[in-house]
Formats: sequence, C-alpha cells, structure tokens
Amino acid sequence: MYPAQFDYRRAGSVDEALGLLQENEDAKLMAGGHSLIPMMKLRLAQPPVVIDIGRLDELRGISEAGGSVRVGSLTTHADIAASDVLAAHCPVLAEAAGHIGDAQVRNRGTIGGNIAHADPGSDIPPVLVLLGASVHLQSPSGTRSVAAGDFFQDLLMTDVGEDEILTHVDVPALGAGTGSAYLKFEHPASGYAVVGAAASVTVQDGRCTAAGLVVGGVGAVPTAVDVSSLVGTDLSDDAIAAAASGLDTEDPIGDIFASGDYRVHVGKVYGKRALAAARDRA
Amino acid sequence: MAGVLGTSIKRREDPALITGRGKYTDDLQAADMAHAAIVRSPYAHARIRGIDTSAAEALPGVLAVLTARDVAAAGIPGVVPVGWLLPDLKTPAHPMIAADTVRHVGDAVAVVVAEDRYLARDAAERVAVDYEPLDAVADVVAALEDGAPAVHEDALGNVAFDWEIGDRESVDAAFASAANTVELDLRNNRLIPHAIEPRAVLASYDSSTGEMTIHMTSQNPHVHRLLMTLASLGMPEHKVRIVAPEVGGGFGSKIHHYADEAIVGLCSMKLDRPVKWTATRTETNLTDAHGRDHSTHCALALDAEGRITGLRVDTAAAMGAYLSTFAPAVPTYLYGTLMSGQYDIPAIHCHVTGVFTHTAPVDAYRGAGRPEATYVVERLMHLAGEATGLGPVEVRKRNFVPADAFPYQTQVALAYDSGNYGPAMDRALEMIGYDDLRTEQASRRDNGGKQIGIGFSSYIEACGLAPSAVVGSLGAQAGQWESADVRVHPTASVTVYTGSSSHGQGHETTFSQIVADKLGIAPEAVEVIHGDTDLVQFGMGTYGSRSAAVGGSAIVKSVEKIIEKGKKIAAHLLEASAEDLEYVDGSFRVAGSPDRALALGDVALQAYLAHNYPDDLEPGLSATSFYDPANFTYPFGTHVCVVEVDTETGSIDLLRYAAVDDVGNVINPMIVDGQLHGGLAQGIGQALWENAVYDDSGQLVSGSLMDYAVPKIHNLIPFELDRTTTPCPHNPLGVKGVGEAGAIASPAAVVNAVVDALAPFGISHIDMPLTPEKVWRAVNG
Ligand SMILES: Cc1cc2nc3c(=O)[nH]c(=O)nc-3n(C[C@H](O)[C@H](O)[C@H](O)COP(=O)(O)OP(=O)(O)OC[C@H]3O[C@@H](n4cnc5c(N)ncnc54)[C@H](O)[C@@H]3O)c2cc1C
Repeated sequence: MYPAQFDYRRAGSVDEALGLLQENEDAKLMAGGHSLIPMMKLRLAQPPVVIDIGRLDELRGISEAGGSVRVGSLTTHADIAASDVLAAHCPVLAEAAGHIGDAQVRNRGTIGGNIAHADPGSDIPPVLVLLGASVHLQSPSGTRSVAAGDFFQDLLMTDVGEDEILTHVDVPALGAGTGSAYLKFEHPASGYAVVGAAASVTVQDGRCTAAGLVVGGVGAVPTAVDVSSLVGTDLSDDAIAAAASGLDTEDPIGDIFASGDYRVHVGKVYGKRALAAARDRA
Repeated sequence: MAGVLGTSIKRREDPALITGRGKYTDDLQAADMAHAAIVRSPYAHARIRGIDTSAAEALPGVLAVLTARDVAAAGIPGVVPVGWLLPDLKTPAHPMIAADTVRHVGDAVAVVVAEDRYLARDAAERVAVDYEPLDAVADVVAALEDGAPAVHEDALGNVAFDWEIGDRESVDAAFASAANTVELDLRNNRLIPHAIEPRAVLASYDSSTGEMTIHMTSQNPHVHRLLMTLASLGMPEHKVRIVAPEVGGGFGSKIHHYADEAIVGLCSMKLDRPVKWTATRTETNLTDAHGRDHSTHCALALDAEGRITGLRVDTAAAMGAYLSTFAPAVPTYLYGTLMSGQYDIPAIHCHVTGVFTHTAPVDAYRGAGRPEATYVVERLMHLAGEATGLGPVEVRKRNFVPADAFPYQTQVALAYDSGNYGPAMDRALEMIGYDDLRTEQASRRDNGGKQIGIGFSSYIEACGLAPSAVVGSLGAQAGQWESADVRVHPTASVTVYTGSSSHGQGHETTFSQIVADKLGIAPEAVEVIHGDTDLVQFGMGTYGSRSAAVGGSAIVKSVEKIIEKGKKIAAHLLEASAEDLEYVDGSFRVAGSPDRALALGDVALQAYLAHNYPDDLEPGLSATSFYDPANFTYPFGTHVCVVEVDTETGSIDLLRYAAVDDVGNVINPMIVDGQLHGGLAQGIGQALWENAVYDDSGQLVSGSLMDYAVPKIHNLIPFELDRTTTPCPHNPLGVKGVGEAGAIASPAAVVNAVVDALAPFGISHIDMPLTPEKVWRAVNG
C-alpha cells in the first residue's frame, strides 16, 4: 500500500497551520494520522500536501472550569481514557475512548481527528452528541462553535470548513445523580463499532428526571433516540426497553457483516442495556 | 543428549525474530535493485482490447513495462502449471501474464519496473488497459448452473473434474434399509490465508554467468525452482538458485507457484538487474490461493442401535479461475479419503465436482481438505446424536473404530496405521466437566437468557505426506519423500541440511533436538540449514504436517548411517570389531567393557584426519538420506467447545475450549502446543469470523482487513490442551504431525456447540461463519 506523492509540512503553531491551509489547496491536516494515512495508502485520499499539526501542544489537554470540561483536539484517546477529570465529570467519554482500537491506536489517535474524520463506527461521536458537547473551530477569520448534534453531517462529512482547524470540544459535566454508560458491539474485522450506544439517566428520589440515548453505527451520523418517556418513571426494565425501542433511522447503513435492519435491532438492544447500565450507576 | 527429546527447550529462532533482526525477503537489498509493481485486472472477467503503456513508460525512472507480448517475445514457456493431475482433469492454460482475457480480479495484465517502489506504483496506475467487461460467475453453485458464464472455453459447464471414491451402490442399499437418516446441505466458507508476511520476491539475474538467484517467500524452494524453471522461465534448473529467507507464515499459501514470482524473474532477466516485488495486503487478498469454498450435500444412515451404515457426500468445490499447484488434490485425495473419520463405516461414497469460478484460485490452506471432511463428518455426527437420541458422546463412542481393529482399512482407500479413540474422548469429557455443563445448560434453558452449548469434534487426519508411489498413482507430479544431509564436523558439532524448509514452525529447534538425542550431544552443538537450493541437496518442503514425520525421519536415517560409519572408525582405533561396538551417550564403546570407549569427537576428528584409519573406508563423517514414508500418519483427537449465545443479538462468546490430541510422540511440547494454538485460532476463525466474499460481479468485497476478520488475541480464550500418545508405528520417531490438527478439528466443534445451544429454537444448522446476524435471524425465524 503506497500513497501517491505528497509534500509534508509541519506546523509550529495554530496560526502557521491555518496559513499553510490557505496556501495549499486540498491540503490535509494530520493529527495522529491513524485515519488519514490509511486513506492515503489506499489512495482514497491523495492530498498534495499534508500539514502535520501533531506537535501543537496548545491543542492538547483536559481541564475543567465552570461545570464544563475542555478537551483539546490533539488529546489522545489514551489520555482521555485515563483522565481523572473526565472520570469525575464525564465518565462516559473516558469509557468510550477506552473502547477505541488497541493501545497503539489509542496512543496515537486524537479526539479531534476522530470526530473530524467522522467514521460512522467511531466511538466518540455518539457520546459527544449525548453530552451536548460543543465543537470549537478556528479559521483566519476567527473562531466559532457548533453543537455536536449539528457537527456531524453525513458519512465522513462534518461542519469543519476547508480553512478551519478544530481546536477543542467543551463537554458539560454530568450533574449529581446522573449515571452514564457506553456499550459497544465491536466489528470483528475493523474493531470499530457496529453499534455503539451512549446513555445517561439522572435520578432524584427514585424517579428519573432526565434521560438520553444516542446510538452510533446505525446511521451515517449518530442517531439520537427520544427517551423522554422515561422521565418520571422509576426506570423499570420494561420502561427502558420501550424507550430504547424508539430507535429509528430512515436509512440505516450496512455492510457484509451486519445489515441495516440488524444494526437497528442491535441498536435497540444495546440502547436498552446502556440505559440499564446508566441507571445502575446513577 | 538424553532427555532432550520431549522437552520444551526454547525456540532458537525467536531471539532474532522478536528483536527485529530476522531478515525477510522484503528486508533484503541488492546493489542496483529495481522495483516491480503489477498491473491487475479490476474486472472478474473481461477481454483485453488493448494496453497502452506509453504514459507509464514516459515517467522518468521507469525502466520497463512488460505485457503478455513481452512474455511471448522472450520465447519462454510463460505459464503457471498445475502439479497434480486427476483423470480427465481440464487443464486450461494459465499464462503468467493474461494475454487476451482476464479471469479474476487481480489477474496480472502488465508489470512496471522502476527505480523505486513508489514510482513503480504511480506508473502502474498510468498503464491504460482497454477492457471489454464480460459476465462473470464467482459462486461455486451458480457456476454449475445452465448458462453460467464460462471461465474457460475448453471446460464445459465450468467443470474442471468429476471425481468419486467409495461404493455408491452399497451406500444406496444402506440408506434403503436405514432405521435413521440425517442429512445436511452446507457451505464450507472460502478463506484467505493471511500470512502476516505478504508474498515477496527478489530476483537477481546475471547475464555474465547466466545465473539467477531468487529470494522468495517459499515453503518449498526446490519445488518452486522446478516449476519456475520448467514451466515459467524456461531456464536450466542448475542455473537457478532459490532461497527462502525468514518466511513469516504461509499456511499453504506459499507452497504454490504463482504468476507474480515468475513475472519478477522475467523482469530481472530482461533488465539484467535485481528486481524486487512485495505484495501489498490488497494484492495478497486478491491473489494468494484461497482455501475451502465448498457446497456440499451429505447424509448419514444409521441402524436401530445408532451404528452408522452408510455415508453419502456430494460436493462442488471451487477451483477459482485457474488450477493452482496442488488444487485438484485438495478436495479429492485429501478430502474424500478422510470421510470415514474416526468411525467404522461400512459404506461410503463421495462425489466431488471441481468448478472453475471467476475468483482467485483455491488451493491448500492449513488442513487442506481435511478440515472440510471433518466438518462434514462431525456435523453429521452431531445430527445423528440428536436423531438417535444417543447424544453427541454416545453416538460417537458407539461408532469409533475399536482399539483392537488397527491397522484399519477404511472404505475410502486409507489404511489407518494406529489409533485409540476412546481415551481421548474420555479425557476431554473429564477436562470439560461434561455432566456439570449439561446441568447448567438445562437450568439456563429453563430460565431463558443467554444459552450455552457444548460441541464435539472427534477428528482424524492423514498427514506426513506421503508415500511417493501412492501419491504418484493418484496424480501427484512430485515425490513426497524428504531428504537430510547430516555432517559431523571434526570437532563433533553437527550441521543438518534438511529439505524441510521452515516458515515459522521451529524446525531449527526440533531438528536439533532429534540429532542431539540420537547422537548424545547438546542441541546447541547442532546447526540446521534449510531453505536454499544451493545448500540443500533437494527437498519437498513444509506442508501437510510432514516435517517431523518425514523430514525428521530422514535426519534419523542419516544419523544412523553416521553411527554405523563411526563404529567402523572407532573399531579400528580401539582394535575391536565394529559388531562389538555400541553407541551410548555420545561415545562408541565396546559392549561389556565401558572403559574401552571413544567420544564422538575423537572419532570425528580421525574421520577427517584419516591418519590412523581403516583401509577400506572413505574419510569424512556425513551422510545423506532420502526418507520415503511407508504410509501417511494419522493424528486424531477429540475437541470440545463450550459457547454462550446471546439470543437477543446472536452474539457468541467462547467459554471453554478443550482439546485432547494424539500426535504420537512429541519432540517439543511447547512447539506442539503452539502449533495447536495457531491452528485452533484459524479454525475458530473460520467458524465464527472469516469469510472471503465475492459479489455477483466477482468483486472481492472482503478484500481488506477492515472487512475480513482474522481472529485477534482478545477474540480468543485460553485453550485447555492435553494429549494421549499412540506412537506412529512406521517411522523411527513415532511422530505423526501437529501443524494442521487445530484447524481441522475446531470448526465443527464450534458450530456443533452453537447449534447445541440453539436446539430449543429448533435450529439444526447455520452456515459458517456464524455471524451474530445469521444466528439472530435463525433464532427469530
Ligand atoms: C487499527 C485502527 C483501529 C481503530 N479503531 C477505532 C475504533 O475502534 N473506534 C474509533 O472510534 N476509532 C478507531 N480508529 C480511528 C482512530 O480513533 C483514529 O485515530 C481517529 O479516527 C483519527 O484520529 P487521528 O488523530 O489519527 O486523525 P488523522 O488521521 O490525523 O486525521 C483524520 C482526519 O481528521 C482531520 N483532522 C485531524 N485533526 C484535525 C483538526 N484538529 N482540525 C481539523 N481537521 C482535523 C484530518 O485532516 C483527517 O481528515 C482506529 C484506527 C486504526 C488505525
């Protein structure tokens, strides 16, 4: 597997990277390279220039402030999985990151690259949508943020503009009485999620006050399930199963391993199990 | 050295391999080396209207672009031959480079040679081939239907051969009078071998000497030299040297002679320069010979006591687009002959149709025919256990060939030399805690939720290929003996030159153990050389679990000759008679007076000095032997798999896997266990995950590791292994062979376990691989 010819540039700062992006048409940013390089080796991507942002420490790190956790785009899956800050405030994100690939992949792959690549089987996107995270982007003309739910547009398509760099995501901390869980049905070949279900429930005095369920792998983008029927209930298994069975997507994706119909079915089962696990942790 | 045979000394191969110092073909560099990239058909079937190479040739650094026209102009045979002939076998030509028709995705149409491999790839993309796409057929059953696209004009109905063994009439009679019958339609899924190291070749032709050295990924360098020179390049055999450096796995895929290696040889001859080619993973998936791919109808007849009275098998076996080296033998002589399994079956008939398809060729892959046969027999035995009410254990025990019946002549040609099947089954039951498992299964069935199942596979295999006269009479175009040259040096260290070329099995370790044991020296004093046609006399290579049984026996034969000669030298020095000498613990001594003795070193030194030496004896202390076995060897065993099935999603979890194997005497238990682990991983992989899938147009949709699931360590569980030992009676080591046992036994054990778990749902069969979706659909009607 040999990529087509390309030039390699290493950026020393976000500004320099933005400048390089402007100067070089069809250039690609490279973070961990774990999605980009395979695409290049298969010649599915043939960028004339690769801009390596992998050493921009300013884009790395996890910090909490004001009820929200900021995760820099270059933060690796391994760092996310091991983060005490996330364990305390958004454990489901750490849990999902721990399911990604193997140790080498987690040591190289970054959250920014993961969501910018937007593979439908990625583990991170459904969690960010569940948590209501915001994705922050920078371009020569300034910065902006977009809700995770709007960020993912289609298969491998996001809201990142050609002149933009994803700088960080802000993830609201989960409140008291909230349990969360991420459950993955792994593809035996790729290791990606055939289905990944991210769920959270908040319980006060034995009653559910809030619940969320987002399922990855079933549609081109994460599929949010309306589980508001759980609010006010005691989160019985039956109530949870009924809520999860609301999973619906018009155009489920499929491959030789798992058809669309089957993915929807597993999405419901894993949705149910993720909600139950979240309840048990609340 | 006493006690060295049968002990788990560490593999001497590993320090280099695990520190990255092993040299594989792709690691080799030659001065002035150029790089080849092969242009391959994107169509499963198309006519080539024309090829325009000019844009590729115009790229600076491109040295040559060759097509079928250049093969013809070179005046060489230019074909890839088949090495096993069956009666009435259709053998359509397989050109090194397709001339006017391509017959599978990946068929070679041109080759580009350039100064570096990136450039070669870029240039390959610029070769413009004008294809006229034609209808294709990739499925083995569809290829037999009326009006199916023809793969070769001279193979009517896509039939390569029509073969049978056994007695149809007696089987029909058995079914007519049967108290019970079970039958099954099954698919044996197509597999891609997936050696971690892709195929690679570095060919170095030197016009000043007319010699060519080819370093390549080979399981059998001498066989490759023969086929390469005779059928492809038309060079004199003595002018070609083939070297297999470290080879990173093969599983059969590196036995065969492929077009690609010959093409690279031609490039080197044309350019008078070394040329290297290493397959990409995509190329290996498209062009390595695949394994299995059968469609089978089979049935078993039983009497009122549950004794088998007849077995009927009808199989369509895919050959792919061309006949690969040993392809015709795999679904016939390595398949139909195994149909008696471990059982005393009075009537068997097996009919096999070899079928051309527009796919990669199919040939030997770990187990080669025997996993397919075991799957047929052991799936039927599971059904027989259900149908008779005897259950899987009793129905097997009732039909085992009794221990006192050996040698046992089956109805399908093979004569089992030895065996004792009951104890292996009993030990497996004991290890797994069978009765407790059945109790737990019953309670899970009552309570719902995840179900467990227990599956058995009592397998037999024929390995240690093989008596040359027998395989010759069956169509092999090669002998199946093995050779060993054992040289004792003046200082009593030893070098062994073996024809068994290792590609990961640990021959250097185990062969040194054999010599150390027989000569009473340390294994460290023995070096093992293999994989080089210039160094090694001749050899048939490593496949069919033959290296220990055949290659090891050749070594023993040579060591025995050395001891005989040493006795003559020692007798002369000790002024004794050679008949009175014995060889014990590394010294020659006069029987009865152990103080009159000479160490091997004293004798070896004198063999080379020849100062004080018998008149009628040649100097030197070495011996070459060619060992041709008297029979196959017949390892056997019982494997038990326990699975848990999540009926809500169809997911399967392996809970336990116990294997009791009888591979005869064991040279190195750790290596034997390692071979079993690898074979089990591949067999379980076949049962649960692996599947080479072509779509209707003949595109390989499982062409990458993103879609083709090879088992990874976290998918598996610790295996529980044990052995019984029934030595092979006809070779000097009493060994049988272990390389394929795991892959042969395990698919049936896993599928039987899943089907057992799902019995309450009325499920009696699901085709491999048992993906969750298939299981879920079966459970939900
Ligand atoms: C063997 C293997 C197994 C894997 N298994 C899983 C799995 O189980 N689950 C899972 O979720 N993922 C999996 N992945 C993907 C892994 O998580 C990748 O690391 C991730 O998807 C991409 O991150 P990266 O940092 O490597 O991005 P890169 O490959 O460097 O980039 C990916 C894309 O994002 C763009 N990009 C990167 N950073 C930025 C940025 N800051 N701003 C704008 N655009 C940017 C790049 O231009 C490129 O288009 C696997 C990958 C491999 C190789």
